Amino acid sequence: MSPDMLFNLLLKALLQTLHMVAVAGIIGSLIGLPIGIFLATSGKGELFPAPTVNRILGLVVNAARSTPFIILVVAIIPFTRLITGTSIGTSAAIVPLTIATIPFFARLVEAAIREIDKGLIEAARAMGATPTQIVFKVLLAEARPSLMAALTMTMVSLIGYSAMVGAVGGGGLGDLGIRYGYQRFMPEMMLAVVVVLIVLVQLVQSAGDALARRFDKRNRKN
Amino acid sequence: MTIPNAAASVAPSASAQTKPMVSFEGVIKRFGGTGGQPAFTALDGIDFSVSHGAIAGIIGRSGAGKSTLIRLVNGLEKATSGKVVVDGIEVGGLSETGLRDLRRQIGMIFQHFNLLTSRTAFDNVALPLEIAGVDSQSIKAKVGPLLDLVGLGDKANRYPSELSGGQKQRVGIARALATDPKLLLSDEATSALDPETTQSILELLKRINAELGLTVLLITHEMEVVKTIATDVAVIDKGRIVEAGSTFDVYANPAHETTRTLLASALALPEWLRSGIKRSPSAGDRALVRLVFFGETAFQPLTGRLVAELGADVNILAGGIEEIGGKPFGSLVVSYSADPAVIARAEKFYAETGLKTEVLGYVA
Repeated sequence: MSPDMLFNLLLKALLQTLHMVAVAGIIGSLIGLPIGIFLATSGKGELFPAPTVNRILGLVVNAARSTPFIILVVAIIPFTRLITGTSIGTSAAIVPLTIATIPFFARLVEAAIREIDKGLIEAARAMGATPTQIVFKVLLAEARPSLMAALTMTMVSLIGYSAMVGAVGGGGLGDLGIRYGYQRFMPEMMLAVVVVLIVLVQLVQSAGDALARRFDKRNRKN
Repeated sequence: MTIPNAAASVAPSASAQTKPMVSFEGVIKRFGGTGGQPAFTALDGIDFSVSHGAIAGIIGRSGAGKSTLIRLVNGLEKATSGKVVVDGIEVGGLSETGLRDLRRQIGMIFQHFNLLTSRTAFDNVALPLEIAGVDSQSIKAKVGPLLDLVGLGDKANRYPSELSGGQKQRVGIARALATDPKLLLSDEATSALDPETTQSILELLKRINAELGLTVLLITHEMEVVKTIATDVAVIDKGRIVEAGSTFDVYANPAHETTRTLLASALALPEWLRSGIKRSPSAGDRALVRLVFFGETAFQPLTGRLVAELGADVNILAGGIEEIGGKPFGSLVVSYSADPAVIARAEKFYAETGLKTEVLGYVA
C-alpha cells in the first residue's frame, strides 16, 4: 500500500472518529449533566429530596454502566434503527456511543458535585436561595474545574469506545486498525493508528487540563 | 402618691419596646427516632430570648446543642416542638417562600467561612444580592462600601484562596450584611482563627452592632469571645440552658457547674499554686481565698483594709482586673493564716463590705 493510500485511509478514519466522539460526547454530556445533578441532589434531606426516584435512577445508571459496550452496541440495534433509520454506519454508531456516555458522565458529575463542601450549600440556604439558585450559583459554579476534568475523561473514554463500533460498520480509527492492521496483517497501519490515537488522546487531555486549571481558583497564591 | 399610677400607664408601651428580637419558647429538637431507633434529643426545652440590639452569646461545649439552636433561628433546622419567634414571626409556621424571605433579613457567618472558591471577594459579597434578585447596578453600589466597612476595600478582586483566615471571615461578614439584615447569626465565627485575629473580628462585630444597630446572636465554646463582646450570655449543656443573664452577672456569680468549668480556664490558678492545694487545714497552714471585685467593690481600697482588719499578713498570689460586658471585674487570689480567729475576722469583714469570696483550699 502506498503512503498516500495509507494517509487517506487514516484521515478518513480520523474524521469519522472525531465525528462520532464529538456528537456522542456533546449530546451524551448534555443529557448526562442534569441526570448527574439530580443524582447528587435528590437523596434524603438534600435539595430536591426524592430518595425513591434517586435509587431507581441509580440502579438504571449502574445497569447501563455495567453492560459491556460491545454488547450495548448490538443490544440496542432496534433503538438505533428507530432513531437514525439504519443500524450500520457512522451515524448509527453515534447512538450507542451516546447511550454509553450518559451514565458515565452522569456518575462523574454526581461525584464532582458531591465533593463540594456542604457548608456552601448551607450558607446559600441561609441567604434565602432557592434550590435551583443553589444548583446554578453554587454547585455548578464551584464544580466547574471538576466538571471540566469529568468531560475530558468522558471524551478520552469515548475515543476508546469508538474503536469498537467497527462491529456495526461505524468506521473510525479502531476499525481501521482491526481491519487493516490486524486482519490484513499490516503492522505499519496498526502502528499509524495507535500513534494517531495517542496524539489525539494527549491533545484532548491537555486541552481539558488547561481549561480545568483556568476555572480552578482554589489553590491560587498571592 | 401618683407615682405607681404613672408607672402603670407607661408599662404597656415599655413592654412593647422590649419585645425580643429572638425568643425560644419550650423548644425541643430531636433527631432520628424513625425505624425503631431511639431519637437523639439535641435540645430539651429551651426558653431564652435575645433583646433588640443585644449581642447575645450562647456558650457550651461541643455537642451541647448550640449549633442546632442557632440553626432554628433561620429555619435551617426545624424544632420538633415549641416556638422560635424572630421579630414577631414564628419561624416554624413559615412556608418555604416565607422562610426564604426571613432568611434574607438574617445574616449568618460560619466557622469555616463558607465562601465560594470560584468567586472573588466582591462576587462573594454580591451573592446574597443576586439571590434576592437585585440588579447589577445596585449590587455594585452596595458591595464596595461593605468591603470598605470590613476593611477589605483593596481586596475586592481577590479569590478566597488568596486571603488569610481573618480576611475570609471579613468577607463572610460583609456578605452577611449585604441584604441589610436586622439579625446576625454567628456560628463559631472565630473558632478557626488565631487569638489576635479573633480579637480583630470581635472588634468588627462590636462596631457593626453599635453602628448599624444590628442584633447579634453568637454561639461559641470560648469564654473569651463571650467576655469580649457579649452583653448577655446563656450557658447551654446537654440541650438545656443551665444559666442565663447579663454577661457580667454570669461571670461574677457563676451558679452552674458547666459555667464554672467554662470559666475555669479564664480564672485558672497558676500550676505552682494548684499543685500544693489541700482540702482541709493542718496546724500552721494558710487559707487560700479568691476575692472577686465587681460593681461597687471594684472601686474601693478593700485589700488594704483587709490587711488591717485581719491583723495578720496577707499574701497576694495571683490576680488581675479585666473588662467584662464593659465593666471592671477583678479577681485576686490571696492567702492568710488559717487560724480560726483570723478566719472569723475575715468572714466578718466580707459580710460587712459585700466582698465576694471563695475559699479555694489550704496551703502550707
